[in-house]
Amino acid sequence: MLVIINNSGESNYRSKKNKLFLGLVILLSLLTISPVVLIIYKLIAKGIHQINLSFFTETAPDTLAAMTAINNGEIIPGGILNGITGTLFMVTLASFMAIPIGIMIGIFLYENTEKKYAAIIRDISDIMQGIPSIVLGLIAYLWIVKNVTNGFSALAGAVALTIMMLPLIIRSTEETLKMIPQSIKEAGFALGVPYHKVMLRVLIPSSLSGLLTGILLAISRVLGETAPLLLTALGSPIVNLNIDKPTSAVPLLIWDFYNDPNMVDLIWSSSLFLMGFVLTLNLISKRIAAKRT
Amino acid sequence: MVFSLVSGSIPVFNEYGFKFIFSSAWNPTEGREEYGALSFIAGTVITSIFALIICIPLAFATSLFIGEYFRGKWFAKGLGTMIDLLAGVPSIVYGLWGFYVLRPFIVDLGLSTQGYGIFTSGLILAIMIIPYATSISTEIISMVPNDLKEAAYSLGSTKLEVIFNVIVPTARSGIFASFILAFGRALGETMAITMLIGNTNAIPKGLFDTGNTMASVIANQFGEADGLKLSALIAIGLLLFVITALINAAGKFIIKKFA
Repeated sequence: MLVIINNSGESNYRSKKNKLFLGLVILLSLLTISPVVLIIYKLIAKGIHQINLSFFTETAPDTLAAMTAINNGEIIPGGILNGITGTLFMVTLASFMAIPIGIMIGIFLYENTEKKYAAIIRDISDIMQGIPSIVLGLIAYLWIVKNVTNGFSALAGAVALTIMMLPLIIRSTEETLKMIPQSIKEAGFALGVPYHKVMLRVLIPSSLSGLLTGILLAISRVLGETAPLLLTALGSPIVNLNIDKPTSAVPLLIWDFYNDPNMVDLIWSSSLFLMGFVLTLNLISKRIAAKRT
Repeated sequence: MVFSLVSGSIPVFNEYGFKFIFSSAWNPTEGREEYGALSFIAGTVITSIFALIICIPLAFATSLFIGEYFRGKWFAKGLGTMIDLLAGVPSIVYGLWGFYVLRPFIVDLGLSTQGYGIFTSGLILAIMIIPYATSISTEIISMVPNDLKEAAYSLGSTKLEVIFNVIVPTARSGIFASFILAFGRALGETMAITMLIGNTNAIPKGLFDTGNTMASVIANQFGEADGLKLSALIAIGLLLFVITALINAAGKFIIKKFA
């Protein structure tokens, strides 16, 4: 009898411990996601009233204009047009460089999975993915700013972003191609279709949604990058679409606003815009990926 | 890429040799220039380890939540989406949030007078690396074979005992690797740290002391750098590159070896 009582006491203790741990897990998980809720709440609460038409159509104001507006109790005039155009310009440039190269390397890795040099390339691309973005900024500075454009430029920023995007695109291309049945490719060869046509007409179309997901994720990753652009594109108060001139970007503008006490109000709306942009791209690519499987 | 980093940092290594790595002096005044990276290396490692210590229980609990307790339920998927969102927040937005929300909060708590320092930046860093650690360990945890778990249940184990006697030993190396990779991320984070660490060029003495990390010193001082100073910053970049590459290679190696 005594044994049984003891036993039930012990199992009681065990089940209590079990429940306690479940509670702890739930608590810690909620704690983990609380920042994202808090951040979005803060951005919307502080930033939404700054967002109006001129926010998208005018360039960033200078300190003096912002100070006068604050003293008069108005919202700060001007917008972030130079940032938006700069970001789009550099990301587009980077995409033009990163997407073809990335997809080609991805196809190459897929075709030569077993070979030794493919493994080396894969390792290098993995290491590249782990390099801190600021170091990539330094590299782009040494390559482009010092040797090609002789000054801070949009091209240098785009190159830094390209190096960031490449490993992501390579990885996703290879993973997507791996999931396509070999038989489709072989059917193409059996019909006597030349190699490049099988690639362009069969493999790439049938893996399009996967490739698109990877590209969108890569773009959303580099959109918010500040550190490498700080060393390469520098920033500019005007809209610039010249490849060898300093260019602004939304994250760079946020950094400028943050450093200028008169413009701090603008950081919230710019951050809200940037985050909305990044998260939308993120969700779209997740949606495409979910549809595929 | 390695080549250009190395050639860019040759002048400073010529000048100081390996003293550059082990010296904590940093004096850009012309004529008495002296550069050493030790205080930045220390700052980087301390903040990252602190972030990792905070990140481990949170990421582990979250991956248990998604990968084991509520696997496949709608709210587990919702939680996963939230974690993805966390990964999508740009570094600079984390920095702003840390500066305007977390820092005053820490001042209010009376933990430090200014709110800058290792503690604040470590907290932000922890939030930033949780998604990386969580997504990999969730995957590994949900890959533990059901047979093993059911065998333990049939012997009368509770869920807790299954987790610590079956799941954790089986998934140990993968979970470990996920934290190593997250650590590698933490080492290279720039903008948020730059805004929160206080940017003083000395080895931090305590958790609430200010400091500087390798990434933040590059971001901060690059604008006015030329000559020897530029070379010193590039050398710091090279060191950072080497350290993160080693950490990442170790993580990848562990995953490959045991998974």
